[in-house]
Amino acid sequence: MNFLSAIGRATLTFLEAAGRLALFTFTALAHCLRPPFYFRHIGRQMVEIGFYSLPVVGLTAVFTGMVLALQSYSGFSRFSAESAIATVVVLSITRELGPVLAGLMVAGRIGAAMAAELGTMRVTEQVDALTTLSTNPYKYLVVPRLIAGTTMLPILVLVADIIGVFGGYLVAVYRLGFNASSYINNTWQYLEFMDVVSGLVKAACFGFVISLMGCYHGYNSRGGAQGVGAATTNAVVSASILILVLNYLLTGIFFS
Amino acid sequence: MTMAPLELTQDMDVPKISLRGVKKAFGPKVVLDGIDLDIQRGESVVIIGGSGTGKSVLLKSILGILQPDAGTIRIDGEDTTHIGGRDRERAMAKFGMLFQGAALFDSLPVWENVAFGLIQGAQRLGRKEAKERAIATLGAVGLAPDVADLSPSELSGGMQKRVGLARAICTRPEIIFFDEPTTGLDPIMADVINDLIVKCVKDLGATALSITHDMASARKIADRIAMLYKGKLIWVGPVSEIDNSGNEYVDQFIHGRADGPIQMQIRAF
Repeated sequence: MNFLSAIGRATLTFLEAAGRLALFTFTALAHCLRPPFYFRHIGRQMVEIGFYSLPVVGLTAVFTGMVLALQSYSGFSRFSAESAIATVVVLSITRELGPVLAGLMVAGRIGAAMAAELGTMRVTEQVDALTTLSTNPYKYLVVPRLIAGTTMLPILVLVADIIGVFGGYLVAVYRLGFNASSYINNTWQYLEFMDVVSGLVKAACFGFVISLMGCYHGYNSRGGAQGVGAATTNAVVSASILILVLNYLLTGIFFS
Repeated sequence: MTMAPLELTQDMDVPKISLRGVKKAFGPKVVLDGIDLDIQRGESVVIIGGSGTGKSVLLKSILGILQPDAGTIRIDGEDTTHIGGRDRERAMAKFGMLFQGAALFDSLPVWENVAFGLIQGAQRLGRKEAKERAIATLGAVGLAPDVADLSPSELSGGMQKRVGLARAICTRPEIIFFDEPTTGLDPIMADVINDLIVKCVKDLGATALSITHDMASARKIADRIAMLYKGKLIWVGPVSEIDNSGNEYVDQFIHGRADGPIQMQIRAF
């Protein structure tokens, strides 16, 4: 019986958590559409997410592009297909690695920060204080972060795409001895509009998920410093897993 | 012929805050077990009781931060027990609250904390005008204008409490709640805060509800005192009668005795 009750308890806990998250998401989305809007806060979050994540996302992208060029050279040279390297680099970056790696890096940087900030505000009663000042905490805290996350990640990923392809170019031209103009030609030749757009749509979804997880876990954190720590961990872990799952689902929709 | 339901609710006989049979439980733990309390316009009521007796839960239920399981809460005769959204925000405009840990927004400078209700609330004042009002309110709680541009984390506990008080009164609310206003302060600063509370409430003509376990504070700011024990109000009466309550629970509490009908569960090592 213990075994069965453990399964039952786990199922109920899971369903309860899923229901609470769904309710949180719907409430937050409903508040996205209704005034008042806190434009100052949306702007501040956009700078925090978009601008201050540039270095970490850029570094990730440039090294990913460089490694891709090196790896595919060592692989493709075995069957004399070196000319495909530029295409492999640009397609991998725009379709997959740009959005996923940028998403994971931003989940670590921004998701954790959101959960810690909202969690601390919750345990020090600042969230309750907002309510007593006739301000809806969803509108004031959650909506700006959701909007900023969803709009800034595609821009970050577009920058990451360019930097990543440039990283591949650097290695191909200066280390592997490719001709610069033919490498650029090859890059453009097989790149389609849809490759970039699908990556940017993914990025918008990842941005939404990162902000949602950061806000949800922070907003519902309980029990002082330990609760805030747990909220931060949960925000990063759940956002990362959801990014990987969503990535598979979206790839299935775009390229099946 | 005009209907005037609004004027009816403004009637002086209608209590400012009215609680009937308010119950709240967290799982199996019953925290509020049928609270009945009327607070008249301009009155200052202090709820005393030990730690963990549900004083904060009662305040949060009235504010709508927690939903009671049963019972009704009326503000100015209007049932606010289950309202939400815009109606809740409108009802909240009547309230100001001083939190136990001040709960200042640490991302904003002191003046924006104080003026928060003016800038974000229904009045939507411009930032310049809001700052002037904030500095004036800071003056009313004895803080100099140069505090206005500091961050809350740069202030001492007593100053944070005063900023919290300034924030609570800045929108000139009709009802002010004080959650353990003197906890964690030295005796002199505690008395300063008590004096400020009495003065602010009197100046605004506001209705005040405070929770505390500091008897010196309760005697100073209360018109009436109510004692909460095991989820029930076991004694309610004017502050002048607290020493002759005839209630042994109240006697034990106000004299701070370890032995009496209220037993703390302490396990031996």
